[in-house]
Amino acid sequence: MPLLLPQLPTGPTYGILAEFATPADLYHACERVRDAGFTRWDAHTPFPVHGLEGAMGLRRSPLPWIVLGTGLTGAALGFVLQWWVHATAYPLVISGKPYFAWPAMIPITFELGVLFAALGAVLGMLGLNRLPMHHHPLFKSKVFERVTDDAFFISIESWDPQFDQSATGKLLESLGARRVELLECE
Amino acid sequence: MIPERDRVALRPEQVTIPPGHPWNRIPVLGAVCALLGIAACAILGAANPKQFFFSWLVSFLFFLSLALGALFFVLIQYAAQGGWGIVLRRIGETIFAMLPVMAALFLPLVLGLRDLYSWAVPGAAEQDALLRWKAPYLNVPFFLMRAALYFGIWSFIALLYYRGSRGQDVTGDPGVSARLRRLAGPAIIVLALTQTFASVDWIMSLTPHWYSTMFGVYFFAGSFVGFIALLSVVAVAMRRAGLLDTVISAEHLHDIGKLLFAFTVFWAYIAFSQFFLIWYANLPEETIWYRARMEGSWMTVSLFLMAGHFVAPFFYLMGRTVKRKGATLAVGGAWLLAMHFVDLYWQVMPTLHPEGVRPSALDVAALVAVGGCFVAAASWLMRRQALVPLRDPRLAESLAFENV
Repeated sequence: MPLLLPQLPTGPTYGILAEFATPADLYHACERVRDAGFTRWDAHTPFPVHGLEGAMGLRRSPLPWIVLGTGLTGAALGFVLQWWVHATAYPLVISGKPYFAWPAMIPITFELGVLFAALGAVLGMLGLNRLPMHHHPLFKSKVFERVTDDAFFISIESWDPQFDQSATGKLLESLGARRVELLECE
Repeated sequence: MIPERDRVALRPEQVTIPPGHPWNRIPVLGAVCALLGIAACAILGAANPKQFFFSWLVSFLFFLSLALGALFFVLIQYAAQGGWGIVLRRIGETIFAMLPVMAALFLPLVLGLRDLYSWAVPGAAEQDALLRWKAPYLNVPFFLMRAALYFGIWSFIALLYYRGSRGQDVTGDPGVSARLRRLAGPAIIVLALTQTFASVDWIMSLTPHWYSTMFGVYFFAGSFVGFIALLSVVAVAMRRAGLLDTVISAEHLHDIGKLLFAFTVFWAYIAFSQFFLIWYANLPEETIWYRARMEGSWMTVSLFLMAGHFVAPFFYLMGRTVKRKGATLAVGGAWLLAMHFVDLYWQVMPTLHPEGVRPSALDVAALVAVGGCFVAAASWLMRRQALVPLRDPRLAESLAFENV
């Protein structure tokens, strides 16, 4: 299973970058790279490509579970906070309602649930993507600048057990890569 | 024009009910149910007409709301130029084509206005200052005129869209889609207004002293949840029966599930907001409606609604796998359909039985009668048409639809 690690590969070589001309070329190349058993690699596109995660063999993200956890935590926190304030710490009669007037607590419980879920989603996404990351060896490649414009890339990192400088390069060329480039770590 | 590569060739057996298929028997089964239900209503209702009219009202509202939800579902897809749901649109069209049938099923209620609505009892306004003040709106002739207007407008929109879509099956004219799209915005506004007034007339005026400015939205929310729930059950049942099984994919089920989840939350949001504002302000003329539903066994139903119409389906429908698998989605849909019925029962019945929940054989009889008519007519229509809009310009997009 592909898994990007926060650290960079050890050794002088970061990996191999291959450029593809169209999303279809990239898609089919990803299927072959996946089937070849590579695990430490990634695909880079200027826009989302439908079904690419399947072609890459990516697992489902654990993010929904993080969001569920933080959302429920927020809702519970909101409810307990209000219960503690209104029913125990500072009991006051407000508009003739009981101290523990649960309907009045629903809006804040809901809002805190949403707030925590949203924070969980954003921070969880950043964490799972190892962001923010200030620099990456891929940025040294001149052709990689077109990843935000009109080019499609596959990068295979050098510490992948299947990685072999010449064989992997040849594989990517045989998959229709327009250009294959070796990248150094520093 | 559709590019050649996007043209879809659906074989007739993929999109029609083939001869000899068990679903060909549903219209007859529905008609038998309808006749048995009507006979039971006649026998039991003669002894207890008041109960009959209330039971009929609940079942009538249940199926009416499903048809109105279907109309909104199709209109909003036209208005937003939605592509994913084209393969489901004919199911929606068939269900909202039942609106003229619902007009006929409204007629028994006309005989029971005095039993249903306290303001319709002759002389009621003389003894009641509030009813006197509301009499220019709440009087029998105007009430019937409005009902005729609602059904006229709904039937007009329903037939306009149904015939347009069926016509496109033959002509393949993409101009039909463009014309119906332009009309969809105004039609949604008209639908929202008529549906709001209809809910005020038929449900809210059961308690004529009471009012809630959110009631129309509440009725809408329930009707849309009800329709999506029905859609999920029908879509899964069709796939199981070998109809559209190559057309409706897990991707479409996933989106039905998302809508079901979203509008379950929307229903809860509206239902709670209505309750919350009234509970907090604590004004007697507003709290009276909830007071009746927070006493005795009605309170049990209120709590059951909260748990069954929101909390349980909220967590059940949250996951991705549940929505993508036919069996689990249909279970959620069938449950919410039942809860939608409970919701309407809870809105209507405390007027008749303020002392507590009093289930009646007439509740079942009316449900079978109205439901039998509805299912018979809808499944009869299903047999006579393609099960998807065959030549809609976006059909290819819908068939190839994938969730990101």
